[in-house]
Amino acid sequence: MALRTMTYAEAAASALQAAMARDPRVVVLGEDVGRGGVFQQYKGLQAEFGGQRVIDTPISESTIAGVGVGMALAGMRPVIELRLVDFALCAMDEIVNQAAKNRYMFGGQGRVPLVLRLPIGFWASSAAQHSQSLEAWFAHLPGVVVMCPATPQDNHDMLTQALAGEDPVIYMENKELWGLSGPVDEAAVLPPGQARVMRRGDDLTIVAWSSAVGLAAQAATQLERQGVSASVIDLRSLWPWDRDTVLADCARTGRLLVAHEAVQVAGFGAEVAATAAQATGCRVARLGAPRIHVGFAAQLEAVVRISPQDIAQAAMALVEHAAPDLRQGIRV
Amino acid sequence: MDLLSLYRIMARIRAFELAAEEASIGGVAVLGQPLDPRTKVRGPLHVSIGQEAIAAGVCAHLRRDDLLTSSHRGHGHTLAKGGDMRRMMAELYGRRDGTNGGKGGSMHIADFSVGMLGANGVVCAGLPIACGAAHALKLQGKPDIVACFFGDGAANRGPFLEALNWACVYQLPVLFVCEDNRWSATTRTGPLTGGPGIAARATAIGVPASTVDGNDVEAVSALAQRLTEDVRATGSPRFLYATTLRVRGHLSADKQGYRDPREIEAAVAADPLALARTRLIDRDRLNQPIDAIDSEVAAEIKAAIAFADASPAPDTATAYQDVQTLGAGTWH
Repeated sequence: MALRTMTYAEAAASALQAAMARDPRVVVLGEDVGRGGVFQQYKGLQAEFGGQRVIDTPISESTIAGVGVGMALAGMRPVIELRLVDFALCAMDEIVNQAAKNRYMFGGQGRVPLVLRLPIGFWASSAAQHSQSLEAWFAHLPGVVVMCPATPQDNHDMLTQALAGEDPVIYMENKELWGLSGPVDEAAVLPPGQARVMRRGDDLTIVAWSSAVGLAAQAATQLERQGVSASVIDLRSLWPWDRDTVLADCARTGRLLVAHEAVQVAGFGAEVAATAAQATGCRVARLGAPRIHVGFAAQLEAVVRISPQDIAQAAMALVEHAAPDLRQGIRV
Repeated sequence: MDLLSLYRIMARIRAFELAAEEASIGGVAVLGQPLDPRTKVRGPLHVSIGQEAIAAGVCAHLRRDDLLTSSHRGHGHTLAKGGDMRRMMAELYGRRDGTNGGKGGSMHIADFSVGMLGANGVVCAGLPIACGAAHALKLQGKPDIVACFFGDGAANRGPFLEALNWACVYQLPVLFVCEDNRWSATTRTGPLTGGPGIAARATAIGVPASTVDGNDVEAVSALAQRLTEDVRATGSPRFLYATTLRVRGHLSADKQGYRDPREIEAAVAADPLALARTRLIDRDRLNQPIDAIDSEVAAEIKAAIAFADASPAPDTATAYQDVQTLGAGTWH
């Protein structure tokens, strides 16, 4: 398969188009999807598959999500468009109490193969209710898969995998990545739940996901100029997350920094860091947003953002401490 | 369906719930006290004693492939839809052979094999799911319909409006059935409900509504026959609003100190089974068949109790099963 250059949004539309052409059970439900969705991630799909399968809905988040559950139980594979993760909060009962619990609560009588698209991240000057990164909320919830693609390749592959699953997938694209352009090789697919090692270094391991992956890669380049060699791992999925890849790299470097755009307190970085420290004895650090809201003014918004410089600085602080002796190997 | 058959369904529901209620004494930690270790049915038990005519009268006009969603008060709907009484009792007992393998209990009783897609612990949660199931049936070109049972309390939650609007906008085959027993848990619904009433709300949203005495099983059945025929013929929603009276408390352990005893006496006096018996005896001269049904039902309950009692507790390993496939149930 030849490489094609696509944006992050086009890659998702391409994956969804292929899934819809292959499987009549795949349908899309959400506001404004007919005209391509607010970020054009559904571009052309209603023209191709019609309004019966790419369904424009009222602004009824609870019922969009609840309808997805009922449709899935009755044999469909719905893609639920909720515009922004911020609006998914209007549908939390349907996501948390219905979609996630259905299979378990009813003793495995039914399945809810549902893809919930809940974009996270900043959307320049969109302030507190349109800029959140709430992935940790969903990683905490049994019954769901949580995917956070960072590249056009992954947005193609991971959406394809999400559409083939048996359970609800919280699919979190990043609003600052829609226009990111890159090669997509439809044959080069990592298994779901596997992390991608972007670069391998010796002094520390940096784990990131979503838009923080690009920031971490820039930080690694800066660190290299300062004589520090960093691994960068794109976690890709928060649940399940690829412990093996992360722990093996941490055991080798002895240091782990987890960087994410979400609030640092009780963020998923804490989970990764605690697991790595417990299993490998490596030194750990986290870098996320302060526990404040996203302000409107550019200067206030900037306070909440992490930058490549912040990541490099946190990495240097970690490296300046001597690495612990890990010769005893991984402790489980 | 003739009155004798309707009586039989009601008698089965009544006997099931009386037996479950007896087995649940001491099973609710009302004020956090330890449960009586001898209690067979642990946890909250919401019975529909006095409201059986609605389940019986509506489900008499459902076919096996039709689907059904229910509220937290769902034993009657499950039995009337054809659920296996023995496995239902085993579920209330929290046993391996329960419909849900002991993972759901009374509040999540379900039997997908007969199209009963689950009771629900969240008021109004079944409405969007019912719309989704109906939407799927429509997309799949199936002739089946969905019956959606809920109480008066649900009419004050947002998804009530969203789901009725959805069913109207997409013209979906849903029969909404509101069982108005006048109580939202332990508070009167009337003073907390604005406007001209629940049926009027449905009409205002565009779902034609009809009202019936929910304690008169023949009247419910006659109306349900007409409305299910309408739903099948038009593929569009209808709303059956049934007034009834709650005999027991919100849950069986609720002693109802907040209610006027005369109201409870009136509810007992309006017993739909007593009304049906009177008609069968005085009008139809069918004493003997009633007695035969009563002893048949008593034997069925005895067998269900014996089945539940004989079933072992679920293997604790099943606690990790049916959480999800990718990222399956795990400690960490």
